[in-house]
Amino acid sequence: MIGKKNILKQILPIFLCILVGLVFGFFVLLLTNPEEAFNGFRTILFGGFSGGVRGVGNVLYYATPVMMVGLGIALGFKAGVFNIGGPGQFVIGGFLATYFAIQLPFEGPMRWILPIVFAAIGGAFWASIAGMLKAYFKVNVVISTILLNYIAMYCVNHLIKQTIYDPGTNRALPVPKAGQLPTAGLEKLFEGSSVNIGFIIAVIFAVILYIFLTKTNKGYELVAIGFNPNASKYLGMNEKLNTILTMAISGALVGIGGALMYLANSGKSITVVDSLAAEGFNGISVALLAYNNPLGVILSSVFIGYITVGGFYMQSYRFVPEIVDIIVAVILYFSSFSLLISQNLDKIVFVLNRFSKKKAGEK
Amino acid sequence: MGEYIIEMNKITKNFGRNKALDNVTLQVKHGEIHALLGENGAGKSTLMSILFGMNTSDEGHIKIDGIERKIQGPKEATDFGIGMVHQHFQLVRSFTVLENIILGVEDRKCGLVDVSRARKKVTDLSERYGLHINPDSIVSEISLGMQQRVEILKMLYRDNKILIFDEPTAVLTPQEIGELLNIIKGLSKEGKSIIFITHKLKEIKEVGDRCTILRKGKSIETIGVAETSQEKMAELMVGRKISAHINRKPFTPGEEMLTVSSLNMFDKNQGKYVLNNINFSIRSGEIVCIAGIDGNGQSELIQAITGMNQDYNGKIVVNGVEISKKSIRYRNTHGISCIPEDRHKDGLILDYTIEQNLVSKKYFTHIFSKHGFIKSTSRHTFAKEMIQQFDIRSSGDENTLVKEMSGGNQQKVIIAREIDMDAPVLIAAQPTRGLDVGAIEGVQKQLIRQRDTGKSVLLVSFELDEVFRLSDRILIFYEGEIVGEFNPDETSSEELGLYMSGAKRMVRSK
Repeated sequence: MIGKKNILKQILPIFLCILVGLVFGFFVLLLTNPEEAFNGFRTILFGGFSGGVRGVGNVLYYATPVMMVGLGIALGFKAGVFNIGGPGQFVIGGFLATYFAIQLPFEGPMRWILPIVFAAIGGAFWASIAGMLKAYFKVNVVISTILLNYIAMYCVNHLIKQTIYDPGTNRALPVPKAGQLPTAGLEKLFEGSSVNIGFIIAVIFAVILYIFLTKTNKGYELVAIGFNPNASKYLGMNEKLNTILTMAISGALVGIGGALMYLANSGKSITVVDSLAAEGFNGISVALLAYNNPLGVILSSVFIGYITVGGFYMQSYRFVPEIVDIIVAVILYFSSFSLLISQNLDKIVFVLNRFSKKKAGEK
Repeated sequence: MGEYIIEMNKITKNFGRNKALDNVTLQVKHGEIHALLGENGAGKSTLMSILFGMNTSDEGHIKIDGIERKIQGPKEATDFGIGMVHQHFQLVRSFTVLENIILGVEDRKCGLVDVSRARKKVTDLSERYGLHINPDSIVSEISLGMQQRVEILKMLYRDNKILIFDEPTAVLTPQEIGELLNIIKGLSKEGKSIIFITHKLKEIKEVGDRCTILRKGKSIETIGVAETSQEKMAELMVGRKISAHINRKPFTPGEEMLTVSSLNMFDKNQGKYVLNNINFSIRSGEIVCIAGIDGNGQSELIQAITGMNQDYNGKIVVNGVEISKKSIRYRNTHGISCIPEDRHKDGLILDYTIEQNLVSKKYFTHIFSKHGFIKSTSRHTFAKEMIQQFDIRSSGDENTLVKEMSGGNQQKVIIAREIDMDAPVLIAAQPTRGLDVGAIEGVQKQLIRQRDTGKSVLLVSFELDEVFRLSDRILIFYEGEIVGEFNPDETSSEELGLYMSGAKRMVRSK
C-alpha cells in the first residue's frame, strides 16, 4: 500500500533531479553558445513537441529500445543482480536480429518476429554467462558484465565483417523492407516519424514484466532474493538457478531492445566501431529514474526520448551534435540521482528546515 | 551544579503518524547508574538517539548540567561529555585497540600522531578501571567482551562524563556479564554518570540506583531500584502481571523424530572440526536444549540440520526419512521447521509485508498458487487468520512492511510461519534473543505448546534461566562436541557452567 505521502516522496525527487539536470544543461549551453542559449534551452524543454506530431512520433521511436533495456536492467536491480551488461546484450540482440532479418528466406510477419526471438535468445545467452559465473564461481556480476560488453562488441564487429558487411558505409547491410518492423498504423498518427510497432511491443513487455514481478511465484522469489539472499536460501529458494534465470530474462529484454532498434524502418544499422552502444547504459538511467518499476520505465524512457528529440531539434540553432549529447547526458546523469535523493529526503528536508530556521533567527 | 546531570524534559518525537515518544521525561543524577527499562519498541533507543544527537525531538528540551542544550550530532554530544556504547560496536576491525581508541581524537606532535602519550593514557585508564586490555591486540582477534571494553575505553579516553550503554550484555557470556557489571559499578564510583539500557531485570537489580520505565513511548515511572521488586518492575514495563511459571503436560516422550549420528563438519577457515562426532536424538513430545557458550558449534549444528551448510559428513534422519543429502526446500517440506537465530539475516525478508513473509515457506503450494500465479485472496485470508491467531501487532494490516515492526512482533511472524508448517521437528535457535519479558513469555509458551502437542523441539539457548525453564533434557556443547547430558531437575547452573567452560566433561555411553 502506498499512501499519498509516499507517492509524493517518490515523485518529488525525480522532478528535483530533472530540474537540477536541466539547470546544469543550461549552463553548458551558456558556456558553449551564449547567444543561442535561451533558444536552445527552450527547444530542449519543448523537446518532442518542437517538431509537431512528427516530433512526438520520434519521441516514442527513441523511447522504444531504451525502454526494453530499462526493463531488463530494472528486473536485474529488483532481483539484486546489477546487470551493467546492457551494451553487450543490446548489440548481440541487434546483430542477431539484423542477420536473420536479412537472411531468412521467406516473407510475412515471421520475417520480423523470428529475428526478435533470436535476439532475445542471444541476449539471454550472453547475460546468463555472467549469471553462471556469479552462481557457480561467485564472480561479481558488475565486473563480468562490463567485461562481457567489450567481448560482445568485438565479436559482433567481427561477425558483421564476416557476414553482412557493407564496406561502403562501414556498417551492417540495411534490413530489407520485409524484415523491418511494421508501422501498424502509427505512421498515420505521427506522420513523417520513425515510430513503429516496436513501441507497442515494448509497452506490452513492460506490462508483462510488471505482472510477472507482482503476480507470479517466480517474481515473488526473484524480488525476495533481491531483498535478502540469505533468507531466501533459508526459505528454500534456489539462489543459483534464480540468479541465472534473472540474468537470462534481463538479457532477453535487453536483446529485444537491440532488435527493436535495428529492425526499425529508420535506416539505422549497426556501425562497425569500437564503442559500446549508448542505449545499453541509458537503460540504467531509465531504470533508476523509474525506481525499477516496469510501468515507471515506460514513462522514464519516454522522457529520455523526449530529451533526445529536443536535443536533435537544437541543432537548428547551430549547436553541434556533440554539445547536444553532452546536455542530454548531463540531464540523464542527474536523473539517476533521484533514488539517492528519495532515500535521503528526510535528511535533506531536515537540513533545509534548520537552514531556514537559522535564517529566520538572524533576521 | 544542580541535582541532575541530564534532564530530558517532555520529549516528544513523531515518525510520521507514529508517536515514538510522547512527553517523556528522564532525569539522571550525578554519578548514579540509571537504568532505562522498557520492551522493544517502547522508545528507549529513540530517546537515547535524541540524547546522542542522532535524532532531534519535535518537542521538549534537554538540559546538561542545568544548562539547556541543543544537541545536533554525535560530535556535539561528545563535546558535552556524552559517550555511548552501541549495541553493534563501532570499531575498525583491522586496527589495534589503541588505534581504535584514539581514532578521531589523535594527539599530534609535529603533525604526527603522538602514539606513546596516547598509549600511556590508555594503559593508565585501563588499569584504573580494571579493564585489563592490551592496547596492541587487533580488534578482530579479541572476544566480543573485550571489544566492548575497547568501546568503554573510547569513552573514557574522551573524558566523557555521561556514559550510555545500549543493551551491553546482549552479546556476552555469563562470566563476561558479571565482569562488565563490576566495571560499570567502578565507573560510577569514579563519578561517571551512567545510563544503562536493558530489559534484563536481574542486571538492573544488581547495579542500578534508579530506573526509568518506558512503555509504548511514555515514561511510566522512575523508581528506586533497591525498594522495588523484579516482579513489580516487570509489571510496570509490560503493563500487566507476568506469570513466572508456564504450565506443561507431564513428560511422556514418544518415538524418535530427529536422529543425528556421527555428524562431523570441518571448517577450512578455522582449520578445525566445528562439529565433532555429534550423536543425539529427540523424541516426540520432548524439548531438548543445547546449552553452551556462543561459538561452540551450536550454529553449525543448526546449519547442518536445516541444510544451510551442507559441507558435513554424517546422517540426519527425520521422521524415518534420511535427509542428509537433501535440498533445503526438501527439508523444509519434509519435517523440519526452524526459527533461525538471526531473524533479520535469515528469518525474514524485511522489505516484504507481513503477508508475504507469512507465506514465504508455502507460497509455491497449490493453496497459494495456481499455474505459477499468486492466489491473492487465499493469501489475504491466511495472513489475516495468522495475525489473529498469533496476535501479531503492527501499525497497519497484513500489508505492513515487516521492517516497520518491533522485534517481538517480527519474531511472532516467524513463529507463526514455522508452527503453521506443522512439522514434527521444530528447531528454535535463540528464539527469545533480544526480546522483552512479555514477548519472551509468549515465545516460551508457544514452544511448550508445541511439545505438548507431540512435536520434537530442539532449542539452542545461551540463557541458562531459559534452559531450565523449558527443557526436558540438556545437552552441553563445548568446542563442537557434546560434553554432557543432563536432566534439568538433577543439575544446577553451577554444574552446567563447568561443562560449558570445558572444565569438566562426561564420557557419554551410547
